[in-house]
Amino acid sequence: MSAAVTVEDAAVGYGGPPVLAGVTFSAGRGTSVCVLGPNGGGKTTLFRAMMGQLPLSGGRLWVDGRPAYVAQSGHARLDFPVSGLDVALMGTLGGRWWLPARKADRERASDALRRVGLADRAGIRFGELSGGQRQRVLIARALVQDSAVLLFDEPLAGIDPTSAETIGAVFAELRAEGRTLLVSSHDVEGALAFDAVLCLNGSQVAYGHPNEVLDRQALQDTYGSELIVLPGGGDGEPRHAVAVQHHDH
Amino acid sequence: MPVGPIELLIDPWSSGIDRRALLEVLLLGCVCGPLSFWVKSYRLAYPSESLAHGLLPGLVLGALAGAPLLLGAGAGVAVAAVAVALAGRDERIGSDTATAVVVSGAFGLGVLLALRPEAPTRLQELLFGDPLGVTDTDLAAAGGLVLVGGAALLLLHRPLVAVAFDRASAGAAGLAPGKVRVALLLVLAAAVAVAVQGLGSLLVLAVLAAPAAAVGDRASTPGRAMAAGAAVAAGAGVVGIYSSFHLGGAAGASVALALCAAAAVGGLRDGVRRRGRPGPTAA
Repeated sequence: MSAAVTVEDAAVGYGGPPVLAGVTFSAGRGTSVCVLGPNGGGKTTLFRAMMGQLPLSGGRLWVDGRPAYVAQSGHARLDFPVSGLDVALMGTLGGRWWLPARKADRERASDALRRVGLADRAGIRFGELSGGQRQRVLIARALVQDSAVLLFDEPLAGIDPTSAETIGAVFAELRAEGRTLLVSSHDVEGALAFDAVLCLNGSQVAYGHPNEVLDRQALQDTYGSELIVLPGGGDGEPRHAVAVQHHDH
Repeated sequence: MPVGPIELLIDPWSSGIDRRALLEVLLLGCVCGPLSFWVKSYRLAYPSESLAHGLLPGLVLGALAGAPLLLGAGAGVAVAAVAVALAGRDERIGSDTATAVVVSGAFGLGVLLALRPEAPTRLQELLFGDPLGVTDTDLAAAGGLVLVGGAALLLLHRPLVAVAFDRASAGAAGLAPGKVRVALLLVLAAAVAVAVQGLGSLLVLAVLAAPAAAVGDRASTPGRAMAAGAAVAAGAGVVGIYSSFHLGGAAGASVALALCAAAAVGGLRDGVRRRGRPGPTAA
Protein backbone atom coordinates (compact mmCIF):
# COMPACT_ATOMS: atom_id res chain seq x y z
CA MET A 1 0.00 0.00 0.00
CA SER A 2 1.53 3.33 -1.03
CA ALA A 3 1.70 6.09 1.55
CA ALA A 4 -0.31 9.31 1.29
CA VAL A 5 1.39 10.83 4.34
CA THR A 6 4.97 10.26 5.44
CA VAL A 7 6.47 11.99 8.47
CA GLU A 8 10.02 11.32 9.64
CA ASP A 9 11.28 12.71 12.94
CA ALA A 10 9.41 15.97 12.33
CA ALA A 11 9.70 18.90 14.73
CA VAL A 12 7.43 21.96 14.52
CA GLY A 13 7.31 25.23 16.44
CA TYR A 14 6.07 28.78 16.29
CA GLY A 15 9.41 30.51 15.92
CA GLY A 16 10.81 29.38 19.27
CA PRO A 17 11.59 25.90 20.56
CA PRO A 18 9.54 23.12 18.92
CA VAL A 19 6.15 22.50 20.54
CA LEU A 20 5.96 19.15 18.80
CA ALA A 21 8.95 16.92 18.09
CA GLY A 22 9.93 13.37 17.24
CA VAL A 23 6.90 12.59 15.08
CA THR A 24 7.37 9.62 12.77
CA PHE A 25 4.57 7.79 11.04
CA SER A 26 3.24 6.82 7.66
CA ALA A 27 -0.41 6.59 6.58
CA GLY A 28 -1.44 4.59 3.53
CA ARG A 29 -4.12 5.51 1.01
CA GLY A 30 -7.61 4.66 2.13
CA THR A 31 -6.69 4.51 5.80
CA SER A 32 -7.85 6.48 8.81
CA VAL A 33 -5.66 7.72 11.65
CA CYS A 34 -7.03 8.99 14.95
CA VAL A 35 -4.78 11.63 16.48
CA LEU A 36 -5.14 11.60 20.25
CA GLY A 37 -3.66 14.04 22.70
CA PRO A 38 -4.47 16.65 25.32
CA ASN A 39 -5.15 20.28 24.45
CA GLY A 40 -1.79 21.78 23.59
CA GLY A 41 -0.41 18.33 22.83
CA GLY A 42 0.36 19.21 19.20
CA LYS A 43 -2.60 17.86 17.21
CA THR A 44 -3.50 21.14 15.48
CA THR A 45 0.19 22.03 15.18
CA LEU A 46 0.78 18.80 13.26
CA PHE A 47 -2.16 19.57 10.97
CA ARG A 48 -0.87 23.11 10.33
CA ALA A 49 2.55 21.71 9.43
CA MET A 50 0.89 19.25 7.05
CA MET A 51 -0.93 22.16 5.39
CA GLY A 52 2.33 24.05 4.97
CA GLN A 53 1.28 26.82 7.35
CA LEU A 54 4.11 26.07 9.79
CA PRO A 55 7.66 25.24 8.67
CA LEU A 56 9.41 22.22 10.09
CA SER A 57 12.33 22.93 12.38
CA GLY A 58 13.58 19.42 11.82
CA GLY A 59 12.84 16.15 10.05
CA ARG A 60 10.76 15.53 6.94
CA LEU A 61 7.10 15.63 6.05
CA TRP A 62 5.39 14.67 2.80
CA VAL A 63 1.69 14.83 1.98
CA ASP A 64 0.04 13.75 -1.27
CA GLY A 65 -1.25 17.08 -2.63
CA ARG A 66 -2.85 19.88 -0.68
CA PRO A 67 -4.83 18.41 2.20
CA ALA A 68 -8.38 19.56 2.92
CA TYR A 69 -8.87 20.81 6.46
CA VAL A 70 -11.94 20.93 8.64
CA ALA A 71 -11.29 23.19 11.61
CA GLN A 72 -13.37 23.01 14.76
CA SER A 73 -16.73 24.59 13.93
CA GLY A 74 -16.20 27.18 16.66
CA HIS A 75 -13.72 28.95 14.37
CA ALA A 76 -16.42 29.80 11.82
CA ARG A 77 -18.46 32.96 12.36
CA LEU A 78 -22.13 32.44 13.07
CA ASP A 79 -23.06 36.08 12.40
CA PHE A 80 -21.69 36.14 8.86
CA PRO A 81 -24.39 36.12 6.13
CA VAL A 82 -23.56 32.93 4.23
CA SER A 83 -25.67 29.85 3.54
CA GLY A 84 -24.57 26.23 3.73
CA LEU A 85 -24.18 26.23 -0.05
CA ASP A 86 -22.00 29.36 0.09
CA VAL A 87 -19.74 27.65 2.64
CA ALA A 88 -19.48 24.47 0.58
CA LEU A 89 -18.62 26.61 -2.47
CA MET A 90 -15.59 27.97 -0.61
CA GLY A 91 -14.01 24.58 -1.30
CA THR A 92 -13.70 25.58 -4.98
CA LEU A 93 -11.59 28.68 -4.28
CA GLY A 94 -8.16 27.07 -4.72
CA GLY A 95 -7.53 27.89 -8.37
CA ARG A 96 -9.60 30.79 -9.70
CA TRP A 97 -10.60 32.84 -6.70
CA TRP A 98 -11.11 36.06 -8.67
CA LEU A 99 -13.97 34.68 -10.77
CA PRO A 100 -17.57 33.97 -9.70
CA ALA A 101 -18.48 30.36 -8.97
CA ARG A 102 -19.37 28.40 -12.12
CA LYS A 103 -22.36 26.13 -12.56
CA ALA A 104 -20.05 23.11 -12.23
CA ASP A 105 -18.75 24.50 -8.92
CA ARG A 106 -22.31 24.85 -7.64
CA GLU A 107 -23.08 21.29 -8.64
CA ARG A 108 -20.01 20.00 -6.78
CA ALA A 109 -21.02 21.97 -3.69
CA SER A 110 -24.59 20.69 -3.88
CA ASP A 111 -23.34 17.11 -4.26
CA ALA A 112 -21.13 17.51 -1.21
CA LEU A 113 -24.04 18.82 0.84
CA ARG A 114 -26.10 15.87 -0.34
CA ARG A 115 -23.38 13.48 0.86
CA VAL A 116 -23.55 14.92 4.35
CA GLY A 117 -27.35 14.79 4.35
CA LEU A 118 -27.98 18.51 4.06
CA ALA A 119 -29.32 18.94 0.53
CA ASP A 120 -32.55 20.36 1.92
CA ARG A 121 -30.69 22.82 4.18
CA ALA A 122 -28.40 24.28 1.50
CA GLY A 123 -30.07 27.70 1.50
CA ILE A 124 -30.28 28.09 5.27
CA ARG A 125 -27.96 30.63 6.83
CA PHE A 126 -24.96 28.88 8.43
CA GLY A 127 -25.49 30.48 11.82
CA GLU A 128 -29.07 29.21 11.95
CA LEU A 129 -28.07 25.56 11.58
CA SER A 130 -27.56 23.28 14.59
CA GLY A 131 -24.02 22.56 15.79
CA GLY A 132 -23.98 19.14 14.13
CA GLN A 133 -25.34 20.51 10.86
CA ARG A 134 -22.71 23.26 10.86
CA GLN A 135 -20.00 20.62 11.29
CA ARG A 136 -21.44 18.68 8.35
CA VAL A 137 -21.43 21.82 6.17
CA LEU A 138 -17.75 22.36 6.98
CA ILE A 139 -17.07 18.74 6.04
CA ALA A 140 -18.94 19.32 2.77
CA ARG A 141 -16.59 22.22 2.04
CA ALA A 142 -13.63 19.86 2.51
CA LEU A 143 -15.24 17.24 0.26
CA VAL A 144 -15.52 19.83 -2.54
CA GLN A 145 -11.74 20.27 -2.43
CA ASP A 146 -11.40 16.68 -3.67
CA SER A 147 -8.15 16.14 -1.75
CA ALA A 148 -6.37 12.83 -1.32
CA VAL A 149 -5.73 13.65 2.35
CA LEU A 150 -8.29 15.16 4.69
CA LEU A 151 -7.59 16.56 8.15
CA PHE A 152 -10.42 16.83 10.68
CA ASP A 153 -9.94 18.77 13.90
CA GLU A 154 -12.25 17.24 16.52
CA PRO A 155 -15.18 16.84 14.12
CA LEU A 156 -17.35 14.90 16.57
CA ALA A 157 -16.95 17.18 19.58
CA GLY A 158 -20.32 18.09 21.04
CA ILE A 159 -22.53 17.18 18.09
CA ASP A 160 -25.85 15.36 17.94
CA PRO A 161 -26.03 11.56 17.32
CA THR A 162 -27.60 11.98 13.86
CA SER A 163 -24.76 14.17 12.68
CA ALA A 164 -22.18 11.86 14.27
CA GLU A 165 -23.70 8.90 12.43
CA THR A 166 -23.71 10.78 9.10
CA ILE A 167 -20.12 11.89 9.57
CA GLY A 168 -19.10 8.31 10.39
CA ALA A 169 -20.72 7.11 7.16
CA VAL A 170 -18.95 9.83 5.16
CA PHE A 171 -15.62 8.80 6.70
CA ALA A 172 -16.25 5.20 5.58
CA GLU A 173 -17.07 6.38 2.05
CA LEU A 174 -13.94 8.50 1.88
CA ARG A 175 -11.77 5.57 2.94
CA ALA A 176 -13.43 3.38 0.34
CA GLU A 177 -12.53 6.02 -2.27
CA GLY A 178 -8.88 5.65 -1.28
CA ARG A 179 -8.62 8.91 0.63
CA THR A 180 -6.57 9.19 3.80
CA LEU A 181 -8.16 10.65 6.90
CA LEU A 182 -6.44 12.11 9.95
CA VAL A 183 -8.96 12.87 12.68
CA SER A 184 -7.99 14.56 15.93
CA SER A 185 -10.10 13.55 18.88
CA HIS A 186 -10.31 13.17 22.64
CA ASP A 187 -12.48 10.08 22.33
CA VAL A 188 -10.24 7.18 23.32
CA GLU A 189 -13.10 4.69 22.95
CA GLY A 190 -13.90 5.99 19.45
CA ALA A 191 -10.24 5.65 18.42
CA LEU A 192 -10.63 1.87 18.41
CA ALA A 193 -12.60 2.14 15.15
CA PHE A 194 -9.66 3.69 13.25
CA ASP A 195 -6.96 1.88 11.30
CA ALA A 196 -4.24 3.53 13.37
CA VAL A 197 -3.81 5.79 16.37
CA LEU A 198 -1.21 8.53 16.77
CA CYS A 199 -0.75 9.67 20.38
CA LEU A 200 0.83 13.10 20.85
CA ASN A 201 1.82 15.01 23.93
CA GLY A 202 4.47 17.49 22.81
CA SER A 203 6.15 14.56 21.10
CA GLN A 204 5.01 11.29 19.66
CA VAL A 205 4.01 8.87 22.41
CA ALA A 206 2.88 6.01 20.22
CA TYR A 207 1.70 5.10 16.72
CA GLY A 208 0.12 1.92 15.45
CA HIS A 209 -3.01 -0.19 15.41
CA PRO A 210 -5.38 0.83 18.22
CA ASN A 211 -5.34 -2.61 19.82
CA GLU A 212 -1.55 -2.52 19.98
CA VAL A 213 -1.16 1.11 20.98
CA LEU A 214 -3.92 1.94 23.43
CA ASP A 215 -2.57 0.42 26.58
CA ARG A 216 -2.54 1.96 30.03
CA GLN A 217 1.02 3.27 29.77
CA ALA A 218 0.49 4.96 26.39
CA LEU A 219 -2.70 6.63 27.59
CA GLN A 220 -1.08 7.87 30.77
CA ASP A 221 1.91 9.19 28.83
CA THR A 222 -0.50 10.96 26.46
CA TYR A 223 -2.99 12.41 28.89
CA GLY A 224 -1.31 12.22 32.28
CA SER A 225 -3.63 13.33 35.07
CA GLU A 226 -6.36 14.34 32.59
CA LEU A 227 -7.24 10.69 32.01
CA ILE A 228 -9.98 8.75 33.78
CA VAL A 229 -9.89 5.00 33.15
CA LEU A 230 -13.18 3.21 33.61
CA PRO A 231 -13.47 -0.56 34.23
CA GLY A 232 -14.69 -2.91 31.52
CA GLY A 233 -11.69 -3.67 29.29
CA GLY A 234 -10.58 -7.20 28.63
CA ASP A 235 -7.10 -8.66 29.22
CA GLY A 236 -6.46 -6.17 31.95
CA GLU A 237 -6.24 -3.31 29.45
CA PRO A 238 -8.34 -0.15 29.64
CA ARG A 239 -10.91 -0.12 26.90
CA HIS A 240 -13.16 2.52 28.45
CA ALA A 241 -11.06 5.57 28.98
CA VAL A 242 -12.19 9.17 29.03
CA ALA A 243 -9.89 12.08 28.40
CA VAL A 244 -11.04 15.06 30.42
CA GLN A 245 -10.62 18.19 28.32
CA HIS A 246 -11.48 21.79 28.94
CA HIS A 247 -12.29 23.71 25.79
CA ASP A 248 -12.09 27.45 25.57
CA HIS A 249 -14.60 27.67 22.76
CA MET B 1 -43.88 82.60 -0.64
CA PRO B 2 -44.02 79.09 0.94
CA VAL B 3 -41.79 76.44 -0.61
CA GLY B 4 -43.52 73.30 -1.87
CA PRO B 5 -42.21 69.74 -1.58
CA ILE B 6 -41.13 69.70 -5.23
CA GLU B 7 -39.01 72.82 -4.72
CA LEU B 8 -37.53 71.28 -1.56
CA LEU B 9 -36.30 68.37 -3.64
CA ILE B 10 -35.23 70.27 -6.75
CA ASP B 11 -33.63 73.41 -5.34
CA PRO B 12 -30.33 71.84 -4.17
CA TRP B 13 -29.75 70.48 -7.69
CA SER B 14 -30.13 73.95 -9.20
CA SER B 15 -27.02 75.21 -7.42
CA GLY B 16 -23.74 74.14 -9.00
CA ILE B 17 -22.05 73.93 -5.61
CA ASP B 18 -24.71 71.71 -4.08
CA ARG B 19 -25.00 69.64 -7.25
CA ARG B 20 -21.30 68.80 -7.01
CA ALA B 21 -21.69 68.03 -3.32
CA LEU B 22 -24.59 65.69 -4.05
CA LEU B 23 -22.61 63.93 -6.78
CA GLU B 24 -19.64 63.61 -4.42
CA VAL B 25 -21.64 61.95 -1.63
CA LEU B 26 -23.42 59.68 -4.13
CA LEU B 27 -20.11 58.53 -5.63
CA LEU B 28 -18.47 58.06 -2.23
CA GLY B 29 -21.55 56.17 -1.02
CA CYS B 30 -21.25 53.73 -3.92
CA VAL B 31 -17.81 52.62 -2.70
CA CYS B 32 -17.68 53.42 1.00
CA GLY B 33 -21.10 51.87 1.73
CA PRO B 34 -20.09 48.43 0.41
CA LEU B 35 -16.63 48.84 1.94
CA SER B 36 -18.21 49.45 5.34
CA PHE B 37 -19.49 45.87 5.32
CA TRP B 38 -15.88 44.65 5.13
CA VAL B 39 -14.73 47.22 7.68
CA LYS B 40 -17.26 45.67 10.06
CA SER B 41 -16.55 42.05 9.07
CA TYR B 42 -12.76 42.41 9.44
CA ARG B 43 -13.08 44.69 12.50
CA LEU B 44 -11.19 47.49 10.75
CA ALA B 45 -13.02 50.49 12.22
CA TYR B 46 -10.08 51.38 14.47
CA PRO B 47 -7.46 51.00 11.70
CA SER B 48 -9.73 53.11 9.45
CA GLU B 49 -9.87 55.85 12.04
CA SER B 50 -6.12 55.59 12.50
CA LEU B 51 -5.52 56.03 8.77
CA ALA B 52 -7.93 58.98 8.55
CA HIS B 53 -6.35 60.78 11.50
CA GLY B 54 -2.78 59.80 10.69
CA LEU B 55 -2.91 61.25 7.18
CA LEU B 56 -3.49 64.82 8.43
CA PRO B 57 0.20 65.86 8.22
CA GLY B 58 0.32 64.76 4.58
CA LEU B 59 -2.89 66.63 3.85
CA VAL B 60 -1.56 69.83 5.44
CA LEU B 61 1.87 69.54 3.82
CA GLY B 62 0.15 69.08 0.45
CA ALA B 63 -1.88 72.22 1.07
CA LEU B 64 1.22 74.16 2.18
CA ALA B 65 3.06 73.08 -0.98
CA GLY B 66 0.14 74.10 -3.16
CA ALA B 67 -0.31 70.53 -4.36
CA PRO B 68 -3.73 68.94 -4.85
CA LEU B 69 -5.15 67.75 -1.53
CA LEU B 70 -5.59 64.27 -3.01
CA LEU B 71 -1.83 64.02 -3.50
CA GLY B 72 -1.19 65.09 0.09
CA ALA B 73 -3.87 62.71 1.37
CA GLY B 74 -2.42 59.86 -0.68
CA ALA B 75 1.09 60.42 0.65
CA GLY B 76 -0.25 60.94 4.16
CA VAL B 77 -2.26 57.74 4.16
CA ALA B 78 0.75 55.78 2.86
CA VAL B 79 2.98 57.09 5.65
CA ALA B 80 0.22 56.55 8.21
CA ALA B 81 -0.29 52.96 7.04
CA VAL B 82 3.42 52.17 7.40
CA ALA B 83 3.57 53.88 10.81
CA VAL B 84 0.48 52.02 12.04
CA ALA B 85 1.84 48.72 10.73
CA LEU B 86 5.19 49.27 12.48
CA ALA B 87 3.51 50.39 15.70
CA GLY B 88 1.32 47.30 15.61
CA ARG B 89 4.43 45.15 16.03
CA ASP B 90 5.31 46.67 19.39
CA GLU B 91 4.62 43.81 21.78
CA ARG B 92 5.83 45.72 24.86
CA ILE B 93 2.77 47.91 25.16
CA GLY B 94 0.37 46.20 22.74
CA SER B 95 -0.57 47.14 19.20
CA ASP B 96 -3.65 49.20 20.16
CA THR B 97 -1.73 51.43 22.55
CA ALA B 98 1.22 51.81 20.18
CA THR B 99 -1.12 52.69 17.31
CA ALA B 100 -2.96 55.24 19.46
CA VAL B 101 0.31 56.94 20.40
CA VAL B 102 1.54 57.06 16.79
CA VAL B 103 -1.77 58.32 15.41
CA SER B 104 -2.20 60.96 18.12
CA GLY B 105 1.33 62.16 17.42
CA ALA B 106 0.67 62.36 13.68
CA PHE B 107 -2.60 64.18 14.27
CA GLY B 108 -0.94 66.66 16.61
CA LEU B 109 1.76 67.27 14.02
CA GLY B 110 -0.88 67.90 11.40
CA VAL B 111 -2.68 70.43 13.59
CA LEU B 112 0.61 72.16 14.40
CA LEU B 113 1.41 72.50 10.68
CA ALA B 114 -2.11 73.63 9.82
CA LEU B 115 -2.01 76.41 12.41
CA ARG B 116 1.13 77.99 10.92
CA PRO B 117 0.44 81.50 9.61
CA GLU B 118 1.47 80.61 6.06
CA ALA B 119 -0.96 77.66 5.88
CA PRO B 120 -3.37 78.51 3.06
CA THR B 121 -6.12 76.10 3.94
CA ARG B 122 -8.28 76.50 6.98
CA LEU B 123 -7.79 73.77 9.57
CA GLN B 124 -11.50 73.13 9.97
CA GLU B 125 -11.85 72.19 6.30
CA LEU B 126 -9.15 69.55 6.69
CA LEU B 127 -10.63 68.24 9.92
CA PHE B 128 -14.33 68.38 9.14
CA GLY B 129 -14.34 68.41 5.34
CA ASP B 130 -16.38 70.57 3.02
CA PRO B 131 -18.53 68.74 0.50
CA LEU B 132 -19.65 72.12 -0.83
CA GLY B 133 -16.05 72.91 -1.78
CA VAL B 134 -15.34 69.83 -3.91
CA THR B 135 -13.82 70.56 -7.29
CA ASP B 136 -14.17 68.78 -10.60
CA THR B 137 -10.85 67.10 -9.81
CA ASP B 138 -12.30 65.79 -6.53
CA LEU B 139 -15.32 64.46 -8.41
CA ALA B 140 -13.04 62.78 -10.94
CA ALA B 141 -11.10 61.19 -8.05
CA ALA B 142 -14.35 59.94 -6.51
CA GLY B 143 -15.39 58.55 -9.92
CA GLY B 144 -12.02 56.83 -10.25
CA LEU B 145 -12.47 55.35 -6.79
CA VAL B 146 -15.86 53.95 -7.81
CA LEU B 147 -14.28 52.24 -10.83
CA VAL B 148 -11.03 51.00 -9.29
CA GLY B 149 -12.33 50.35 -5.77
CA GLY B 150 -15.46 48.69 -7.12
CA ALA B 151 -13.43 46.46 -9.43
CA ALA B 152 -11.11 45.50 -6.56
CA LEU B 153 -14.03 44.60 -4.30
CA LEU B 154 -15.55 42.56 -7.12
CA LEU B 155 -12.33 40.63 -7.77
CA LEU B 156 -11.66 40.08 -4.08
CA HIS B 157 -15.24 39.19 -3.20
CA ARG B 158 -14.94 35.42 -2.80
CA PRO B 159 -11.62 35.48 -0.89
CA LEU B 160 -12.96 38.26 1.34
CA VAL B 161 -16.03 36.17 2.13
CA ALA B 162 -14.03 32.99 2.80
CA VAL B 163 -11.44 34.65 5.07
CA ALA B 164 -14.03 36.67 6.99
CA PHE B 165 -16.10 33.55 7.57
CA ASP B 166 -13.33 31.17 8.67
CA ARG B 167 -9.76 32.42 8.51
CA ALA B 168 -8.22 29.12 9.68
CA SER B 169 -9.78 27.03 6.94
CA ALA B 170 -9.42 29.67 4.19
CA GLY B 171 -5.67 29.17 4.35
CA ALA B 172 -6.09 25.45 3.88
CA ALA B 173 -8.28 26.07 0.81
CA GLY B 174 -5.34 27.73 -0.94
CA LEU B 175 -5.96 31.36 -0.02
CA ALA B 176 -3.50 33.64 1.78
CA PRO B 177 -5.59 35.32 4.52
CA GLY B 178 -2.83 37.82 5.31
CA LYS B 179 -2.63 38.98 1.69
CA VAL B 180 -6.41 39.21 1.45
CA ARG B 181 -6.42 41.51 4.48
CA VAL B 182 -3.62 43.65 3.05
CA ALA B 183 -5.52 43.97 -0.26
CA LEU B 184 -8.60 45.11 1.66
CA LEU B 185 -6.51 47.63 3.61
CA LEU B 186 -5.18 49.05 0.33
CA VAL B 187 -8.73 49.61 -0.96
CA LEU B 188 -9.62 51.12 2.39
CA ALA B 189 -6.62 53.46 2.29
CA ALA B 190 -7.56 54.63 -1.21
CA ALA B 191 -11.14 55.26 -0.07
CA VAL B 192 -9.94 57.24 2.95
CA ALA B 193 -7.60 59.36 0.81
CA VAL B 194 -10.42 60.25 -1.61
CA ALA B 195 -13.29 60.59 0.86
CA VAL B 196 -11.31 62.83 3.20
CA GLN B 197 -11.61 65.62 0.58
CA GLY B 198 -15.30 65.93 1.24
CA LEU B 199 -15.71 64.70 4.80
CA GLY B 200 -12.45 65.67 6.45
CA SER B 201 -10.04 63.76 8.65
CA LEU B 202 -12.42 63.53 11.61
CA LEU B 203 -15.74 62.77 9.90
CA VAL B 204 -14.67 60.43 7.10
CA LEU B 205 -14.99 57.44 9.43
CA ALA B 206 -18.77 57.94 9.45
CA VAL B 207 -19.12 56.84 5.83
CA LEU B 208 -16.80 53.85 6.39
CA ALA B 209 -18.48 52.52 9.53
CA ALA B 210 -22.06 53.76 9.84
CA PRO B 211 -23.63 52.17 6.71
CA ALA B 212 -22.84 48.62 7.85
CA ALA B 213 -24.10 49.44 11.33
CA ALA B 214 -27.33 50.70 9.77
CA VAL B 215 -27.75 47.53 7.70
CA GLY B 216 -26.96 45.33 10.71
CA ASP B 217 -27.39 41.58 10.30
CA ARG B 218 -30.52 41.67 8.16
CA ALA B 219 -28.88 40.97 4.79
CA SER B 220 -28.88 37.32 3.73
CA THR B 221 -25.67 37.50 1.68
CA PRO B 222 -22.52 39.64 1.70
CA GLY B 223 -23.51 41.01 -1.71
CA ARG B 224 -26.88 42.18 -0.40
CA ALA B 225 -25.24 43.66 2.69
CA MET B 226 -22.87 45.61 0.43
CA ALA B 227 -25.71 46.83 -1.81
CA ALA B 228 -27.73 47.88 1.23
CA GLY B 229 -24.64 49.67 2.59
CA ALA B 230 -24.28 51.58 -0.68
CA ALA B 231 -27.95 52.60 -0.56
CA VAL B 232 -27.66 53.75 3.06
CA ALA B 233 -24.42 55.68 2.45
CA ALA B 234 -25.71 57.40 -0.69
CA GLY B 235 -29.13 58.07 0.83
CA ALA B 236 -27.75 59.47 4.08
CA GLY B 237 -25.27 61.56 2.08
CA VAL B 238 -28.10 63.11 0.07
CA VAL B 239 -30.17 63.69 3.22
CA GLY B 240 -27.16 65.41 4.79
CA ILE B 241 -26.64 67.76 1.84
CA TYR B 242 -30.36 68.52 1.64
CA SER B 243 -30.57 69.31 5.34
CA SER B 244 -27.46 71.48 5.06
CA PHE B 245 -29.03 73.33 2.10
CA HIS B 246 -32.38 73.94 3.74
CA LEU B 247 -31.32 74.37 7.37
CA GLY B 248 -28.00 76.08 6.77
CA GLY B 249 -25.80 73.67 8.78
CA ALA B 250 -22.25 72.57 7.95
CA ALA B 251 -22.50 70.14 5.04
CA GLY B 252 -19.82 67.65 6.17
CA ALA B 253 -21.21 67.42 9.69
CA SER B 254 -24.76 67.10 8.33
CA VAL B 255 -23.72 64.12 6.18
CA ALA B 256 -21.93 62.49 9.12
CA LEU B 257 -24.95 63.02 11.39
CA ALA B 258 -27.34 61.59 8.79
CA LEU B 259 -25.11 58.49 8.51
CA CYS B 260 -24.92 58.07 12.28
CA ALA B 261 -28.69 58.56 12.59
CA ALA B 262 -29.19 55.74 10.07
CA ALA B 263 -26.83 53.55 12.13
CA ALA B 264 -28.75 54.37 15.32
CA VAL B 265 -32.08 53.48 13.70
CA GLY B 266 -30.58 50.23 12.40
CA GLY B 267 -29.20 49.39 15.84
CA LEU B 268 -32.56 49.99 17.51
CA ARG B 269 -34.35 47.93 14.87
CA ASP B 270 -31.91 45.00 15.27
CA GLY B 271 -32.17 45.19 19.06
CA VAL B 272 -35.96 44.90 18.91
CA ARG B 273 -35.76 42.08 16.37
CA ARG B 274 -33.23 40.06 18.40
CA ARG B 275 -35.40 40.18 21.49
CA GLY B 276 -38.20 38.45 19.61
CA ARG B 277 -36.07 35.81 17.87
CA PRO B 278 -35.02 32.35 19.16
CA GLY B 279 -31.31 31.48 18.92
CA PRO B 280 -29.81 28.68 16.79
CA THR B 281 -30.80 25.12 17.62
CA ALA B 282 -28.63 23.51 20.26
CA ALA B 283 -26.30 20.59 19.47
